[in-house]
Amino acid sequence: MNQATPPRIVIVGAGPAGIRAAATLVEAGLHPTVIDEGYRAGGQIYRRPPAGFGRTPKQLYGSEAAKARALHALFDRLAKDEQLTHCAGSSVIAAHGGQLHVLGEDGVQVVGYERLILATGASDRVAPIPGWQNAGVYSLGAAQIALKAQGVALGRRIVLAGSGPLLTLVGAQLVEAGADVAAVLDTSPWHQQVRGFSGVAARPVVALRGMALRARLGRRYHAGVTLERIEADGQGVAALRWRDAGGRQQLTSCDMIGMGWHLRAETHLADLAGCAFTYDEQWRQWLPKTDEMGRAGNGVYFAGDGVRLLGADGAEIAGRLAAAACLADSGCRAPSVSADLRKLVRLERFARGLARAFPWPAAMVRALPDEAIVCRCENVTAAAVREGTDFGGCEANRVKSLSRAGMGRCQGRYCQLAAVELVAAQTGCMLEAVGRFRAQAPVRPAPIGAFLRED
Amino acid sequence: MSTAGRIVRLAERNRAHVHFFLDGEMRHALAGDTVLTAMLASGHTLRQSEFGSEPRAGFCLMGACQDCWIWQEEERPRLRACTTLIGEGLRLRTTPPESWP
Repeated sequence: MNQATPPRIVIVGAGPAGIRAAATLVEAGLHPTVIDEGYRAGGQIYRRPPAGFGRTPKQLYGSEAAKARALHALFDRLAKDEQLTHCAGSSVIAAHGGQLHVLGEDGVQVVGYERLILATGASDRVAPIPGWQNAGVYSLGAAQIALKAQGVALGRRIVLAGSGPLLTLVGAQLVEAGADVAAVLDTSPWHQQVRGFSGVAARPVVALRGMALRARLGRRYHAGVTLERIEADGQGVAALRWRDAGGRQQLTSCDMIGMGWHLRAETHLADLAGCAFTYDEQWRQWLPKTDEMGRAGNGVYFAGDGVRLLGADGAEIAGRLAAAACLADSGCRAPSVSADLRKLVRLERFARGLARAFPWPAAMVRALPDEAIVCRCENVTAAAVREGTDFGGCEANRVKSLSRAGMGRCQGRYCQLAAVELVAAQTGCMLEAVGRFRAQAPVRPAPIGAFLRED
Repeated sequence: MSTAGRIVRLAERNRAHVHFFLDGEMRHALAGDTVLTAMLASGHTLRQSEFGSEPRAGFCLMGACQDCWIWQEEERPRLRACTTLIGEGLRLRTTPPESWP
């Protein structure tokens, strides 16, 4: 297929995947539009502080500083030379029929596309702990963003809880920066962590780096814990109750808790763009269905953690691959992809190892007491979700309508995986049969005024 | 460096001072602070939940959870505290204005 005029290609997201996709398209002579919620490109992992901050990339990104610097410089050059159009500080809130609705400073604009590359990334996968609606409970990602982009800790005495590489990394970064980290609590027991080893060994340097970071946490780190309850006073979090691997009750006083169990792919726009999903047993979540290049069909492509949870290095590769697929489908000359495809296989093996080593705490979620809050937006309890199955059966969206879990402002981003877990437990259905919450536009809340135009 | 509020400033402390107003009271922050950082430098919470008794102080810091909504006295009233930078003289309120935006 040959086209006389180059296709209009829009990339959503300017993290590692979006930046590499954009650069690959520019190299082929195209001019993509990159829409990003951040004000400066980099995404969450390589997020840059506001102007006027003084820490070096080495201080901000540690062992990944060179990669961060390269991506920032590349994108800034392409934007400065007007080889791409950068819509910063803008949220895509709807996608339908070749059009995106983009919410920015000046309200909602419509941007048309012929091909769309979604590089929307991921956010923390969080599991509710009784009391997590209190002030001072944050995601692990939030704790890292606060440190990286603002140079602050979100509390004087910090407990981190969850499982996955970010737990260790954020813990080590906070300790290094001088924060008071009281405990780092991993719900994955040692024997489970060992089970992921064969996969994790696919990237020995990264695995060793992780172990070195873990060693820096020293006696703060506890594996195989059970998280029981967050205690609070009028100012927010006051303590975390937990049991150690031996079943002994522990109480750690703290004014901030950071929690997360690896990542949850950001897929709302994939849903609105009409893409198919497949259930991934290992990540215990639904992911957009694509071929190995990230091609989803109908002119939509995916790259990065929004489709495969491989982290930043995998996102850079996937960004190049998605752009190459996009070029090939547009009848343009596409770069060779065989080396990138080989690398992706190794990263996939590593990521699957991590998923095995640091699993989602399904049993803990299923055992949530009835009064525990599942949806933080509207304080919907575990009891309400369980009761939703009386009339809604095991179908996720019927339980959503009946209980309102997933209908709040975050649109299910932080409750849906826990909610479907409760539904599966209550009805005895497989998670795959429960399904997933359908996304609805706008995928970010937008004020009515943003849709009004002065004529 | 501990602040009067929730946050501890661990780095980037040599920035210019700015002041803003929260529910009519003058507060201090540093240039480049987000509204969330600025508010939590002098307080422990951002706002009251509409659905429960407990106050909130943000959750994701990446614009996804919508836990950190704060309102301005001027036009374009609602903002996300985690993704908006504080500005000199900004007038903020912890409750929505009575009139329709």
